[in-house]
Amino acid sequence: MNSPLDVAAIKRDFPIFNEEMRGGKRLVFLDSGATSQKPIQVMDAERDFYSKHNAAVHRGSYYLAEQASEAFEGARARVAAFLAVDVDEVVFTKSATESLNLLATSFERSSGALGIKAGDEIVVSELEHHANLLPWQQLAKRTGAVLKWFEMLPDGSLDLSTIDQIITPRTKVVAITHQSNVLGSVPDIAPIIAAAHAVGALFVLDGCQSVPHQPIDIATLDIDFLVFSGHKALGPTGIGVLWGRAELLDAMEPFLYGGSMIETVTMTSATWAKAPKKFEAGVPNMAQAVGLATALDYLSNVGLPNIHSWEMELTKHALAGLQGIDGVTVVGPQGLENRGGVISFVIDGLHPHDVGQVMDQYGVAVRTGHHCAWPLIRKLGLTGTTRASFYLYNDLADVDIFLESVVGARDYFRKR
Amino acid sequence: MELDSLYQEVILDHYKKPHHKGVPTGEIQVHHVNPNCGDEITLSLTIRDGKVEDLIWDGTGCSISQASASIMSDLVAGKSIAQAQDALTHFTELMQSKGSIKGDEEILEDAIALAGVSKFPARVKCALLSWMAFKDAAIQNGAKI
Repeated sequence: MNSPLDVAAIKRDFPIFNEEMRGGKRLVFLDSGATSQKPIQVMDAERDFYSKHNAAVHRGSYYLAEQASEAFEGARARVAAFLAVDVDEVVFTKSATESLNLLATSFERSSGALGIKAGDEIVVSELEHHANLLPWQQLAKRTGAVLKWFEMLPDGSLDLSTIDQIITPRTKVVAITHQSNVLGSVPDIAPIIAAAHAVGALFVLDGCQSVPHQPIDIATLDIDFLVFSGHKALGPTGIGVLWGRAELLDAMEPFLYGGSMIETVTMTSATWAKAPKKFEAGVPNMAQAVGLATALDYLSNVGLPNIHSWEMELTKHALAGLQGIDGVTVVGPQGLENRGGVISFVIDGLHPHDVGQVMDQYGVAVRTGHHCAWPLIRKLGLTGTTRASFYLYNDLADVDIFLESVVGARDYFRKR
Repeated sequence: MELDSLYQEVILDHYKKPHHKGVPTGEIQVHHVNPNCGDEITLSLTIRDGKVEDLIWDGTGCSISQASASIMSDLVAGKSIAQAQDALTHFTELMQSKGSIKGDEEILEDAIALAGVSKFPARVKCALLSWMAFKDAAIQNGAKI
């Protein structure tokens, strides 16, 4: 298949691919599930902000402050356009992790339908990254709410057979990932969202592994909140997004308190600004927001449908290759159905750390270990996996070197 | 190949046939984990007449962490607290050396084979896991270390 992308031209936009790895090898970067590389356009956007527009946003009456505010709010508008949502529904955070902590903390503080109290139920799944488990687990612990979860089946899907027992009239929030960061499996969330809404619960989608890689249609998904991180989507570190329905954000209590998030303040009381500012205390990560908007523009220009189909093509080759290597077992979904461009595997008798170390000698960057999803790894009866994750700048030669390095890892320890 | 300096023969030997590995039975058991990768070790020992006795450990992890546990237990089991402390100090220094020192074979014996680890910063914690567990267990058993 011809690539729907000009991968060679895309690679040239990413200066990191000029760097030499150990032993002078070229970089085969297969760890985009952890963080993506950055195109020069994003770096230029950050530099441009610092060089020409830097001032604290939403303060000061001088020209530069106006410029900074315009750049920052312009970034918000670009993110809103990317998600096809209202601009006031986009909250900038420092990370997806912070977005999820914001939600959990705000629900704890909010009253009425949004508030979480003893006896309420919160639902997650065994697929979750620690970032979408711990905020809810600890919220339940603090409030006396009950944490429930969907179990994972060996193919990386969720067991929905007990959905009626898991989602009940006591359920207040359901928070599930769009795609497993470990296995690449895509859970069937539509019935979960419907069940959540049928009992009046809110649905939070962790889009960290999906938003950077495929078109997302929030309206069709019918979700209430979406979180994703900038740095996995070609953007800078230090910037994440929380999208929420306007009426929910309006009713929620703040997360962090401080400058910018207020309406009025006295020595003993305060009232809050409207969303999204209510959730953005302090001088925000301005250059990073501008960088993220530029990253999302880059993705839109290449085309998310193109990116997704190319990642699936790379995944098809990598899966077929891995499944043909004696001693290698792909963990999770075995085919291309209900999965994204992430593959976890193990090699008989070898610890993932040792596998990754040998692959590094080939210039191949993969993630090893529990991938911040320890319950999932335990459920599989493993101590860890080696994970390859693909993105728009990977080509078929990367897949070939990847497969060669897997054989190399197996044989390095086999013959010694 | 640079890799061979990391995975020396003696390391792989200890990995395949670890020493002092079993089910820890001591009253005081320490459990250490490397939260980055999930490697775990459980270790127990007793101190009799100023010596490290009954050292036994169990754990899961990569070749470096498992070999290091095996080598460490050889070095401290049956030795005086002072000798064990000496090995611990030298080994910690070796791991922090970024490849600049080779290690004293008189004191560290097989552990000098782990010198190559210090050139791979991501793996230093693997090598140190069992040593930190030993230190913790010794302290909990009343040793001043």
